[in-house]
Amino acid sequence: MPDATGLELIAQELRDAAGEGTVLDTLFFRGRGTLEIDPACIRAVLGRLRAHGYGFLASVHGVDYYPQEPRLGVVYELLDMARVDRLTVKLRVSLDAPQVESVTADWPTADHQEREVYDMFGVVFTGHHDLRRILMPEDYEGHPQRRDFPIGGEPVIFTYNEHDDTF
Amino acid sequence: MKREPIVDADALRVRGLNARQLLRGGDLEGPNPSAHLEGADFERHVEESVMTTTLEKAVAWARSNSFFPATFGLACCAIEMMSIVAARVDVARFGFEAFRASPRQADLLILSGRVSIKMAPIVRRIYDQMLEPKWAISMGACCSSMGVFNNYALVPADKFMPIDVHVPGCPPRPEALMHGVLKLRKMVQDDPDLGWRERYDALGTEEVVAVVGHQDSAASAVDAEDLDHHTQDTAGA
Amino acid sequence: MTTPSEYRQREQSITLAPVEQQLAGHGDEQARGATQELLTLNFGPHHPATHGVLRLIVTLQGEVVRDVKPIIGYVHTGIEKTAEDKAYWKVIPVIERMDYLSYYFNAMAYCGAVETLVEVEVPKRAQYLRVIHLELNRIMSHLVWLGTSALDLGAISMFWYCFREREKILDLFEMSSGQRMHTRYFQIGGVIEDIPRGFARKLNGFLAEMPSRVDQYGALLNRNEIVLQRLRGTCPLDADTLLALGVTGPLLRAAGNPWDLRKADPYCSYDDFDFKIPVGTQGDNYDRYACRLAEMYESVKIVQQALDGLPEGPHITEDRKVALPPRHELATSMEALIHHFKLVTEGMRVPPGEVYFPIESPRGELGCFVRSDGSSKPARVHMRDPSFVNLQATAPMVRGAYIADMIATLAMLDPILGGIDR
Repeated sequence: MPDATGLELIAQELRDAAGEGTVLDTLFFRGRGTLEIDPACIRAVLGRLRAHGYGFLASVHGVDYYPQEPRLGVVYELLDMARVDRLTVKLRVSLDAPQVESVTADWPTADHQEREVYDMFGVVFTGHHDLRRILMPEDYEGHPQRRDFPIGGEPVIFTYNEHDDTF
Repeated sequence: MKREPIVDADALRVRGLNARQLLRGGDLEGPNPSAHLEGADFERHVEESVMTTTLEKAVAWARSNSFFPATFGLACCAIEMMSIVAARVDVARFGFEAFRASPRQADLLILSGRVSIKMAPIVRRIYDQMLEPKWAISMGACCSSMGVFNNYALVPADKFMPIDVHVPGCPPRPEALMHGVLKLRKMVQDDPDLGWRERYDALGTEEVVAVVGHQDSAASAVDAEDLDHHTQDTAGA
Repeated sequence: MTTPSEYRQREQSITLAPVEQQLAGHGDEQARGATQELLTLNFGPHHPATHGVLRLIVTLQGEVVRDVKPIIGYVHTGIEKTAEDKAYWKVIPVIERMDYLSYYFNAMAYCGAVETLVEVEVPKRAQYLRVIHLELNRIMSHLVWLGTSALDLGAISMFWYCFREREKILDLFEMSSGQRMHTRYFQIGGVIEDIPRGFARKLNGFLAEMPSRVDQYGALLNRNEIVLQRLRGTCPLDADTLLALGVTGPLLRAAGNPWDLRKADPYCSYDDFDFKIPVGTQGDNYDRYACRLAEMYESVKIVQQALDGLPEGPHITEDRKVALPPRHELATSMEALIHHFKLVTEGMRVPPGEVYFPIESPRGELGCFVRSDGSSKPARVHMRDPSFVNLQATAPMVRGAYIADMIATLAMLDPILGGIDR
């Protein structure tokens, strides 16, 4: 894991190379570094980090930060196998503009994972060759893992409510 | 009739003669032990006393001892279902080891695992493709009720298909599943008409596949009461 | 290699290379102008050879696979959503049922993530107990894989041999936790209970005979003619493509890259043990099979070392805000009673933050992402499942191979649909 100073150096380098607004925030928590970046530059940032040595994209997943705005987050976990280093790259988009550029062209592993983030949260990955639902049925409406989506399920029938007409 | 151990050849001969008496309609303890029946009385007597099982009960016995389960493993319960095929809890002891991959050849659907909303229509289609008579065991808590996960993604199996036996557990031990299968076996043996159509009030919904070349017009006009017997006999053959 | 016998030479006249369709040159007037079309076949979710409810749309040219598209989601259970609804320690039984063959690994990834968030230290004895159960689970997962894969190839008796050993391992699990599968043995801060008397003896007996059993499996399959022809040289994929696809675990190690999180980034006292990482050379199906078989030997070694070096100490952390106090304390200590009450009704409070905890499961890198917002329920739990990512490698592997090779490759891929669909 890059330590706190190493993280700041990487962030500074990214800012120098791609503009001041690239890296919005850095966070060093429990020994791991996180970079929060501007959603528009995700491909460029990942490309630069790959040049740094972080050549393995371990995971792409979504988070819903409801009720904080911007609500939908996408987290990319990077791994440098040579130095055994992990780095997290995070971006947040709001519900009205949930477009994020797909990184599948550079990182083929993101294919199914971006489809899952689209399915569960509704983040639209522009440039993805086949963005459709992967876990839910194709015609399902709604994005289940958003925080305001009801958990659903069947009511549990006990003896006190088994004769109710609500079932 | 009491079973007594055979002590000598004379006892064996006496027993054989007694059996012949019984077959002929004589009552060993009655007033006329050597009476024998003729003709239609004899036929009826044989049917009632020697063939003490009716044809349906014999068929039910055969069916219950030769379930062909369909290979239908969905999730974790499938691993425990594989365990009953394995050597420790051996389902082959009872004759159920022939797991058929094609639903057309299977008659027992062991629904093992969680049924998601994407999978439910497929399970229903597989169940429909099975031929009558067919039974279903819902193995595990997830398909019997919602199990550990009470959420948007699952469907309890009772909502879309009739289930005969529910086996609780998460996952049920192989011995528990075996107990469920044996319960189903007993159900089928004891009461062959306890099919799901009776329980779910679906009598009269059977489809009879017309037999090509059948000359007898009377036989083709079947009514609802006879349908069960017809379908059971033709489909079970 | 010595010159093959005449029989073998005759055999070698049959090449196994995929055949390019050549309809012209048959001499038949009709055939010369004939067109061919690709057949799209549906390997439905209900299929005896897909491991679980996996649906594949396979495009075939004759018997050669031109493309394969997996369709998943048939056992999607909403585990991650359910986990957001439950207290932290109640998530453990839910999250265990994800990758349903390696349930200890699911629990380990999640507990590791929460322990990192809470910053609680797991006692050494608990770590060793965790390693014992994790490696036993790895052996058990590989046994089920071997049994069902050999079943797919046609070596049906392997199924019974592997499940015979699996029953012994499940007996051990039942001894330590009371359940065969989904034991909820791992808790946040350690393990729920110490191992009972007799566990060490039974485990030693199992470990003494397990290597000879793996030798038996090898003797049956390693130089079997059919296994060699079906697995040797079929569907290879090089390590760089695998890395680009995000594949880890035995698939990557079979291709030559010795990446294993137990050695590279040790967690849970794995650096105390001495074991090797089996690595393949060609990256074909046979190497994947051989890697997993060799891993079983290594896991036996790890368990033996862990059992021999098992330190004394508590089996769960002493921090009462995280772990339930032992029952006998409830009668005497007021604080213990209050802690017990708070933990059972509300659950523990976890400081806000996000953490990603990766471990090495039998299928690859299993990572757990937990986001906490400071309350007693997690705000997001995501499992980075290895099978979900490894499934993307199916298409590159089987393009150009026969359909029978595709079945063998699916078997060697070891997908677990519970983890793929979650």
